[in-house]
Amino acid sequence: MAASTDVAIKRAEEATDKDVPSVAVENVKKTFGSHVVLDGVSLSVNRGETLAVLGRSGTGKSVLLRLIIGLVSADSGSVRIQGHDIAGLGLDQLGAIRKKMGFLFQHAALYDSLTVSENVAFPLEHHRKDLSPQERAERVRQLLAEVGMEGDLAKMPSDISGGMQKRVGLARALALEPEILLLDEPTAGLDPISSGEIDELILKLQREHRMASIVVTHDLHSARAIANRLALLDQGKVVVEGSFEDLQQSDVGFVKEFLKQS
Amino acid sequence: MSDSGITSAADIAPSRTRQSITSSLSAAGRATGVVAGFFTWFGNLGMFSWQVLKAAVTPPYEWRELIRQLDEVGSRSFPLVALAGAAVGVIISLEARYSLTRFGAKSMFPATLVYSVIQVMGPIITGLVVSGRVGAGIGAELASMKVSEQIDAIEASAVNPYRLLAATRILACILMLPLLTVAADASGLMAGWLAQTLVEPLSFHQFVSSGFSGATFNAFLPPTFKTVVYGFIIGLIACFQGMNTRGGAEGVGRAATNSVVLGSLFLILADVVLVKFILVVFP
Repeated sequence: MAASTDVAIKRAEEATDKDVPSVAVENVKKTFGSHVVLDGVSLSVNRGETLAVLGRSGTGKSVLLRLIIGLVSADSGSVRIQGHDIAGLGLDQLGAIRKKMGFLFQHAALYDSLTVSENVAFPLEHHRKDLSPQERAERVRQLLAEVGMEGDLAKMPSDISGGMQKRVGLARALALEPEILLLDEPTAGLDPISSGEIDELILKLQREHRMASIVVTHDLHSARAIANRLALLDQGKVVVEGSFEDLQQSDVGFVKEFLKQS
Repeated sequence: MSDSGITSAADIAPSRTRQSITSSLSAAGRATGVVAGFFTWFGNLGMFSWQVLKAAVTPPYEWRELIRQLDEVGSRSFPLVALAGAAVGVIISLEARYSLTRFGAKSMFPATLVYSVIQVMGPIITGLVVSGRVGAGIGAELASMKVSEQIDAIEASAVNPYRLLAATRILACILMLPLLTVAADASGLMAGWLAQTLVEPLSFHQFVSSGFSGATFNAFLPPTFKTVVYGFIIGLIACFQGMNTRGGAEGVGRAATNSVVLGSLFLILADVVLVKFILVVFP
């Protein structure tokens, strides 16, 4: 009986997964002063899926991620997280939704007065009061081991390289076991080997955690390696969305130029 | 212009009028911009205060951060405040002795020192010293966190930055200012008495009994507790400047400077109102 109930719940969850996208951005517009950054962007990502958002620098890719997590608000259009429209929510209401999301910032944004382990422990200390200090420390060790940083617990962010900072940032983003992962230029500024390691890490996390992920990048090779779908932004609009093959077959001049230069 | 190529007075006059109108319009535009900027700044400060108030009175409470800030604002400001208080005590002692001797009122020295330090100089000196040390520190720290996206990272971690960063710092300033004022007062009185004793021996017992004779709580408590308002101003302005910084290193520097300048300015302006209020309510 219990087993059949579990199966029913699982089926219902799967049905919900299919019905309601984890992230749905609909016709979003955003301007800063007179500069139109996003001009009617629509995208959606389901659970277990990874969408890579590509485009030239300054085309609003990072702004899109900030809109999704509610750090900036859209001028018009809607952003829905698991069906909930985040427009007009207060900080504490947004907080309840943000607990389901992990965000890796472009420059990692580690707290510079805290050690590596304290950075990763930060979300746990605030939202997992049920964990004892020992359990929390163990969870931090696990998270840092997952990103290959278990040997640097006591180091300060200023004492580790940019690639290592991104790994720690990723561990922090995963601390609350998010259902949605937002990665802002995870491989930018890294050497090819470190970039490859980060890509492998993201793929491993996707296999193990089955999150909905949006990866903002201008690195086509990285996007091709980690994403199921790609969306190319130009002048605030999505010019093409689909698989890498769809991009290759596109007749749009900008897409051809982007692929040629990448 | 005339046919000869020489500009006549008739040609110059409309041109000057146009220039004058353009210049007046541009001055009016600038003035409107300044006024609009003034009201926008206060509007933003009001909204910021509302966010902090909402965050401060609703759980979860950030006790650990509050204790850290109490230490940062209180314990670490203590030596500076005590030193500034002592210096003020010595200055008042030197000036008062000279003036009172001139007017044949030397016996009034202890009371003059006690009232000057506790009612006037202790609170304002404490406020200005804390504004310089703590205001600049908070402004620079939060501005640096803002430009390096650390405040965004706090928000993205589903933690309310108004509660964690602003409410704790403002509350620490509010709670610590009266205690630091008492420390500055005590140190000022001791140093003032010492400066007097070195010139003309006066027992400490005589100094205290004469200085505080006829004193009531109303004379000393309101001036000490008015520093709660100073603490609120210092903390609020510094957090507001820090959390609303734009730009890189320049923005951080501007936030630190503005925190001190605006904090000190509003503190002195508030003192004008508070002194009048205390004189009316606690005559």
